[in-house]
Amino acid sequence: MADSASSPSASGLLPADPSRRNAVVTTAAVGAVGAAAVAVPFVSTFQPSERAKAAGAPVEADISGMAPGELRRVEWRGNPVWIVRRTPDMIASIKKTEAQVLDPKSEKPYQFPTPDYAKNPHRSIKEEYLVVVGICSHLGCSPSDKFAPGAQPSLPEDWPGGFLCPCHGSTFDMAGRVYKNKPANANLDVPPHTYLSETRLLIGEDKKA
Amino acid sequence: MAAEKNVETTGLIGWIDHRFPLTANWKAHLSEYYAPKNFNFWYFFGSLAMLVLVIQIVTGIFLTMHYKPDAARAFESVEYIMRDVPWGWLVRYMHSTGASAFFIVVYLHMFRGLMYGSYRKPRELIWIFGCLIFLVLMAEAFFGYLLPWGQMSYWGAQVIVNLFSAIPLIGPELSVWIRGDYVVGDATLNRFFAFHVIAIPLVLLGLVAAHILALHEVGSNNPDGVEIKKHKDAQGRPLDGIPFHPYYTVHDILGVAVFLMAFSAVVFFAPEMGGYFLEFNNFIPADPLKTPAHIAPVWYFTPYYSILRAITTEFLTWGLTPFLLVYLAIVWMSRVKPLSKLIATAAVLALVVGFFILDAKFWGVVAMGASVVIFFAMPWIDNSPVKSIRYRPTWHKYIYGLFVVIFIVLGYFGVQAPSPIGERISQAGTLLYFAFFLLMPWWSAMGDPKPVPDRVTFEAH
Repeated sequence: MADSASSPSASGLLPADPSRRNAVVTTAAVGAVGAAAVAVPFVSTFQPSERAKAAGAPVEADISGMAPGELRRVEWRGNPVWIVRRTPDMIASIKKTEAQVLDPKSEKPYQFPTPDYAKNPHRSIKEEYLVVVGICSHLGCSPSDKFAPGAQPSLPEDWPGGFLCPCHGSTFDMAGRVYKNKPANANLDVPPHTYLSETRLLIGEDKKA
Repeated sequence: MAAEKNVETTGLIGWIDHRFPLTANWKAHLSEYYAPKNFNFWYFFGSLAMLVLVIQIVTGIFLTMHYKPDAARAFESVEYIMRDVPWGWLVRYMHSTGASAFFIVVYLHMFRGLMYGSYRKPRELIWIFGCLIFLVLMAEAFFGYLLPWGQMSYWGAQVIVNLFSAIPLIGPELSVWIRGDYVVGDATLNRFFAFHVIAIPLVLLGLVAAHILALHEVGSNNPDGVEIKKHKDAQGRPLDGIPFHPYYTVHDILGVAVFLMAFSAVVFFAPEMGGYFLEFNNFIPADPLKTPAHIAPVWYFTPYYSILRAITTEFLTWGLTPFLLVYLAIVWMSRVKPLSKLIATAAVLALVVGFFILDAKFWGVVAMGASVVIFFAMPWIDNSPVKSIRYRPTWHKYIYGLFVVIFIVLGYFGVQAPSPIGERISQAGTLLYFAFFLLMPWWSAMGDPKPVPDRVTFEAH
């Protein structure tokens, strides 16, 4: 098409035809809406599937025969839930840490709003048993239990016993409350739970349900 | 058909050239692409990065033939590759060593750019494509790291995906959307596999092509930072340039040979590299209920990881807030446009107010992101009258040296378990890291540059 002398555009551009211009704009706009609509199902495929959603049923935990100072892990919704039978020393340490923790009364809005029966200093139904989701509120690692008091790596010298997150060094006291000035900004979540009997615990459901 | 194309070639090549610009491209990118004749050691790393990319793609293809992207079988299938697939261990070690080699080569390649001002006009787009390649490479490494489904894979992915949950309002839903489940699980593994083996590599290849096309459009910089196109011979060829092929193709083969010696030494004798290339905890299958006692990302992410860890509420108040206010004072005292002063004031005030409203966690993520993205600004924050470090005031070299030291120190503390002293050093390192870039518009213009030669300095061997 090199020899286009006969074509009208050779002598200069034709004056723009507004109706053609409008048609181009309209077509492009409708096309863009269509492309955006097609994106919706693709973006939606990223959401949790029906199977993943259905996997969130409550689980039962057996707490019989737990020794004082023992920690048991139960899997609930794919997350570790810790059940700790606290010793009297551990319970006493909670009072000492009151001033060092960020949110002593668990008033922040948590991922699971702290149930009323856990809105107390020991954050549990029974003072002896702590039930928390063992996932650090910073970036989701599972903290390690550092129940032995005293100086040790990554912990202060007057460590009263609690939990240390290995990822970014957040520390929590024996009630799962986060210390001040740590990467984590919230206490460990208390999941809804209820005692079915003295030795059987249901995690994921309240009595009120 | 339109008028016949005029081609000089005959025979088969002529037949092709009539239909496809084979000879034209060969000339434009190889035999008649003139590169400065004074390239030094640092100029090996561009072509080595290409070599590692090829190694990763080829070994990756063979690994996918045996790997199973299924949470129940992924770990086992990697062990199967290591033990039962003939030579599978070699292919896998080449791929895992290649990942670390990629970052070593790319970091050295980027440092070369910093030293010789390779990002300066007219090479801004080469630099931007390069920074995009770096970002995409980080994504590629991150997605790939989940696939062996070991403890470090699992908890590393858990931490990085949860970074997104720090974004106000949409954060938690966003991280669920990325994972496709409420925890890192099978859905996450499957999609990361898709990203790692197809989506990200396609983007990477496109960006590499753009990087090289932009480079060949403006021509390579060189250790002297002078433009070789200023002096041309009668045929319009740069006097200080030599054709890339055969001169630099042969030259680069030397670099490839030395690189492959080091690479093979690691692959055969130290594929785990003392836990730095393959972390020991990753030989334990993923356990969603227990985080390993010490977790750290792979070495190439640790400087940024240190910056993430350094940001605490205390540091925002007593470290970053004074830092930004001092910075603002410097902006006001210097001769910059009033509009720039207002923009800087608004930005600093917005950040400081934000420090007190939003969590330290969110700002940790922002700081980590900023520490990578800030590289994009290089072409516009370097005000030095000369490009190359060779002709800058001598003390500029110490500043670059200090930056390298800070980068390594941050990297070192990113590997270590959290400790109070490590936290303080990381915080100081974070401030110095950002000061290097944020104060560059001033310090880069200070001091007396040395005379820049008109032609490249070169002695024939």
